[in-house]
Amino acid sequence: MSETHAYTDYHPRWLRRPVSTYWWLHQRSYFVFILREASCIFVAWVVVYLLMLVRSVSESEVSYLQFLRWSASPLVLLLNLVSLFFIVFHTITFFQAAPQAMVVHVGGSRVPGRLVGIAHYAGLVAASGAVVWVLLGV
Amino acid sequence: MLFSAGGVVSALLMPILLVLFGLAFPLGWLQPPSYEHLRAVLSHPLTRLVLFGLCMLSLFHWAHRFRHTLYDGLQIKHLNEVIAALCYGGAIVGSATAAYLLWQVP
Repeated sequence: MSETHAYTDYHPRWLRRPVSTYWWLHQRSYFVFILREASCIFVAWVVVYLLMLVRSVSESEVSYLQFLRWSASPLVLLLNLVSLFFIVFHTITFFQAAPQAMVVHVGGSRVPGRLVGIAHYAGLVAASGAVVWVLLGV
Repeated sequence: MLFSAGGVVSALLMPILLVLFGLAFPLGWLQPPSYEHLRAVLSHPLTRLVLFGLCMLSLFHWAHRFRHTLYDGLQIKHLNEVIAALCYGGAIVGSATAAYLLWQVP
């Protein structure tokens, strides 16, 4: 008579295709995603730039005026223009994601995502207004 | 949490600050604040606190996001520890620098 045989389960190896280092160039949506993540580099640059401003004001009036002159030089202007594009891009994409990340309940019901988004933009306008008022006194 | 706080704070404050100090004042579209006024604003404890918060949170936002961009973007997981140390270490050093500079405002 036949003996019982022990069979091992059939378990194929997982198919893992090696991912190219340049995967993010293969599709527009991937590229835009990396661009969005790269906006954080310009966030860090603005921190450095603001701290340079703080230091120049701490030192003397001459140093502050020098900073203003330096900030008008073509390379710095270009860097700040590019940074502004990325900072605005960061703001818009972050506010796009915020309603999905922030689930707010008032009473028993959930606040609609659009309202959360609008609240963020209202905050942006309010914060910008406050900065202009403090700095320029208007 | 630091990541999202940094994202929100930088999204709220950086656009206007960059428009003013990066473009409007250098290009002469608007008159920059006088030295005395700016120094008075900067020496106020509330301004310093807000600026410190902005710097610290933005730096940690950068650290976290940049670390993951390097992982996912360049597929260099084998450099894990080095990248994490450089990113979060950088954020810590930057925050300490910000604290020092803001403390020093006369």
